[in-house]
Amino acid sequence: MKHLLATTALILAAGSAHAEGKLSLYHWFEYIPQELLDKFAAEYGVEVTLDTYDSNEAMLAALKAGKLGQYDLAVPGDYMVEIMRVDGLLDSFTPAELPNFGNIAPEWVDVPFDPGREHSIPYQWGATAFSVNRDVYDGPIDSLGVIFTPPDALKGKINVLDSQGEVLALGSIFLGIPQCSTDRAQLQALNDMLLAAKPDWASFGSDTAKDVLVSGDAAAGMIYNGFSAKARAEGANVEYAWPKEGYVVWMDNVVLLKDAPNRDNALKFMNFLLEPENAAAVTNYAAYAAGVTGVEPFLDEAIRTSPENNPPEGARKGQFVQACDEASQKMYDAIWTNLKK
Amino acid sequence: MAGFLPKSGAESTGYRGLVGPLLLPTWVMVGVFLVIPVALMAIYSFLTKEFRGGVIWDFTLAAYDQFFFNRGLFGDEPPSIEWTYIAIFWRSVWQAGVATLLCLAVGFPTAWFIATRPAAQRGVWLFLVTVPYWVNLLIRTVSLKFLLRDNGPLNGSLMSLGLIDGPLPLVNTDLAVQLGLFYSYLPFMVLPIYAAVERYNFALSEAAADLYASRWVTLREIVLPVVRPGIVAGCILVFVPSLGAFLAPDLLGGAKTFMIGSLIDEQFKGSQGNWPFGAAVSMILMTLVMIVLILYARAQAKAERRS
Repeated sequence: MKHLLATTALILAAGSAHAEGKLSLYHWFEYIPQELLDKFAAEYGVEVTLDTYDSNEAMLAALKAGKLGQYDLAVPGDYMVEIMRVDGLLDSFTPAELPNFGNIAPEWVDVPFDPGREHSIPYQWGATAFSVNRDVYDGPIDSLGVIFTPPDALKGKINVLDSQGEVLALGSIFLGIPQCSTDRAQLQALNDMLLAAKPDWASFGSDTAKDVLVSGDAAAGMIYNGFSAKARAEGANVEYAWPKEGYVVWMDNVVLLKDAPNRDNALKFMNFLLEPENAAAVTNYAAYAAGVTGVEPFLDEAIRTSPENNPPEGARKGQFVQACDEASQKMYDAIWTNLKK
Repeated sequence: MAGFLPKSGAESTGYRGLVGPLLLPTWVMVGVFLVIPVALMAIYSFLTKEFRGGVIWDFTLAAYDQFFFNRGLFGDEPPSIEWTYIAIFWRSVWQAGVATLLCLAVGFPTAWFIATRPAAQRGVWLFLVTVPYWVNLLIRTVSLKFLLRDNGPLNGSLMSLGLIDGPLPLVNTDLAVQLGLFYSYLPFMVLPIYAAVERYNFALSEAAADLYASRWVTLREIVLPVVRPGIVAGCILVFVPSLGAFLAPDLLGGAKTFMIGSLIDEQFKGSQGNWPFGAAVSMILMTLVMIVLILYARAQAKAERRS
């Protein structure tokens, strides 16, 4: 009898949660701890459903193919926020609708892809540069030249990301030329520099960027800082570089989708994610940085002090990979095809 | 490939009136899974690329132009022949060809061995050939990478035996890609050859030996012509999928250079995608494969008329 009562109570509880409404997330795979979703569901009595994608482009394609209107929130990367914003896929909100808006770290409020944060809030951000295996190479790693004009010790042992955006942006930063340039001399220089560097590279791989460093297949590699931290945690003697020329930063952002079926709950969830404790929970799970002030007390010690997450004093600011217009993008496509042909 | 099928017996008359309805499932299959997708691909290859993926419904030859003509990095030089994609095709044909030869070199003896076991054992041997293929292709390819890498077991054991001083560079090479393709498609070579050898009448070999034919002559003049359809079927079944493969080139070859498969893949992923171009490359690839198959079918028909 007791058991029956408990079951009934459970059903009633579930029913009442249902009544409070739903929240439909479209999110990267393995990028949010289940406990955090459960916490939100319990606090607000909202039933949370989560569908996942594995690339910004897959997400964009799915939304364009008719899934817009099914989801409340998605988590696009920086350049994809801009694309979605320009394509009119995003709803906007005012800071007044998010009581925790002020928790966004000041440097991440006025971002180029969403000036003033009308459609998005920071989720996680990280840097993309390179790491070297210190067992193989003990020279300086303060320059992107380690990848693009490598020292003899690293020739033929370098993995680069199999990603046009990051490779061409890092190459441009190395040469000190703007992204999305239409200047012929600059583009030709970028093309020639990459073609000259390629014989020194062993492989192209993004998903494998960590594994090749851990396994020893590569002694240096372009890599995301969080990925490099994982390589170190798995026992590889790798050091992540903060190059003097600059580096690429990326930021994933929670965006409010147009035609969100549960707009109110979506805003509640965004506000929830801007609580330092909750932002820290994501960081502790994903091992990137939050872009929210006040998270430090809630961070795991290892993440709070990790060299991959804390640029040294005086490090230059990173650059976002810019979304080029069609005319210049065409030339960057040609350079990439040239590099991989 | 109708040539491999046993000749049907006397034509049956009982079903004559039902031929149309009975063939319906076949036509549905052919229509839904062959004609419609290919037609879609053909249409897309003539559409205009939409920036960041997708198409605009304006007909153009731009995708084929991009394939065949080089207009320089900035697109304003006078057109010359574009070798980039031809080179990518050639590389893929070469890799697939080597993989096919490797499969043939290993698959033929394997099939022969199995077909010459007592009938009760053959099932077990065939079973053993197919067991690895219960595992997902991706996992098998990654496992092969583990075996081949610089500090993997293969290099490790060669070094501990003192045969080599430093690790052989195996991953990120063409050889690794060929090995990957070979391993991926080996059963497609073994099974058709097995089917052909199994039907081979070994009394023919004995007769040849009685007539003082050497083993080599027996193989060349008697065995090969009889099992040839199986060999050709195996070669086609290995070569065609190898041509479009992109897992092995990406994982084992280091993705440094495009193969046809990865070139097409690239056109449909990422915000830099170009769907019409991807469709055009697919159409060109399919046309090439069709030409090879038609040539083969004609040669087969000719051979049948002779015999």
